[in-house]
Amino acid sequence: MIEVRGLTKRYGSAVAVDRLSFDVPPGAVTGFLGLNGSGKSTTMRMILGLDAPDAGHARIGGEAYRQLRWPLREAGALLESRAFHPGRSARAHLTAMAASNSISQSRVAEVLEIVGLESAAGKRAGKFSLGMAQRLGIAAALLGDPAVLLLDEPMNGLDPEGIRWIRGLLRSLAAEGRAVLVSSHLISEMALMADRLVVIGQGRLLADTTAAELSSRAPSLEEAFLQLAGDSAQYQARNMS
Amino acid sequence: MTAHASHQPPGRYRFRHLAQMEWIKLRSLRSTWLTLAIAVAASAGIALATGSSSTTSGGMFVSNTLVGMLIGVLLIGTVGVLAMTSEYTSGTIRATFAAAPRRLRVLAAKAAVVGAVALITGEAAAFLSFFAGCMTLRHGITAPALSQPGVLRAIVLAGASLSPIALFGLGLGAIIRHTAAAITVVVGIVFVGESFIGQLDLAIRPYLPIYIVSHSLSATTPLCLPGAASCWLSAWSGLGMLAVYAAIAMVLGALILARRDA
Repeated sequence: MIEVRGLTKRYGSAVAVDRLSFDVPPGAVTGFLGLNGSGKSTTMRMILGLDAPDAGHARIGGEAYRQLRWPLREAGALLESRAFHPGRSARAHLTAMAASNSISQSRVAEVLEIVGLESAAGKRAGKFSLGMAQRLGIAAALLGDPAVLLLDEPMNGLDPEGIRWIRGLLRSLAAEGRAVLVSSHLISEMALMADRLVVIGQGRLLADTTAAELSSRAPSLEEAFLQLAGDSAQYQARNMS
Repeated sequence: MTAHASHQPPGRYRFRHLAQMEWIKLRSLRSTWLTLAIAVAASAGIALATGSSSTTSGGMFVSNTLVGMLIGVLLIGTVGVLAMTSEYTSGTIRATFAAAPRRLRVLAAKAAVVGAVALITGEAAAFLSFFAGCMTLRHGITAPALSQPGVLRAIVLAGASLSPIALFGLGLGAIIRHTAAAITVVVGIVFVGESFIGQLDLAIRPYLPIYIVSHSLSATTPLCLPGAASCWLSAWSGLGMLAVYAAIAMVLGALILARRDA
């Protein structure tokens, strides 16, 4: 369970995230939807304690991220596609991360198998394709077998088969009772994957609903989303003029 | 996949978990081993030449065999810098802080691992250099013994200098975050600084890292500046001064690490 309450982040006079509140409940995939630059990544970094909010807070399982006893065992995250040293092998990267939270070497082998990187595990990760890099990031997120998962644009760089694979993976993780937050700007993909949708624009909450409810507002989910996002962009333009 | 949520082991992540993570990170990069090997080989190689060109084994001979340690100083400074900046360059830092959000504990673990690796490398380089210099002494010249006054201290402290220099680099890496800029500053302060400041004011020279290593730590007897009233720092004060450099960089690095967004 992730709780976001009044989360706010400013960069100078620009507001990247504006009093944002929502929940990510267990047992469901929650899609985090917004145009590029709408504040999705900043929100995820704040949930993980990487960026300090100017106001508000986020909790994971009722606790601030910094207070977690074994962070990787409670929340797993994929933030960027290449968050590893190019000279290090996939196995070494995962082994180092595992050591920090006292996770066994056998679990490292397990996640490498889950993402299908066993044969490439000894190679320098800098040589990985974007799709392989994405799989390594997902392996790192799964290391601690966490109850909460945060994935920022996990479909980036994956081929259609990879996208289908990750859709199935996230659905099954949610079916096991985990809280899964997935950001994307691919609306059609969200329609297939997400049970719930949190839509933001200019850092503000535009909708916190189910995929079915949102698509019922317009002929398609895509149109419903663009209506929402478009309204918010116009609002912004009015304010600036 | 196993059921989750009920498998949390007791306790919480500790310093030792993070030290283990940092050790795996450091040892899993080929560049680490390459840099350390070059540091040891270069200083020993220079000592071979020093020995063969020496006409005496007295006076400055011991400190001359240790002159190659300055290469080790330069290289270990970059190892310290890279331990921090390579994480920012590659994005690993966000994976690291997500795994261990207590950043100062992460920095302390990095310092312990980098400092220990630098110490072992430094001692290996210093002892190898001394023995290499002795080995190539001309026939008829007796090599100094480790038991002679100041000899063992000079070797041990010259080797120990790599540890504070590595931490100085680590701290600067945390402050600056960019590899090239941080290495430039380390090299600038350790090496190039002396050609500006050192020429300006003789009183400042004894406090510059390069002179501390070559004239304070490597010396078997206290040395004085030629023609001047002041002397170089004593061996132990010299090591203390290097520790001050390391401490200033580490404290500033820690403050910035704790405050800035990752």
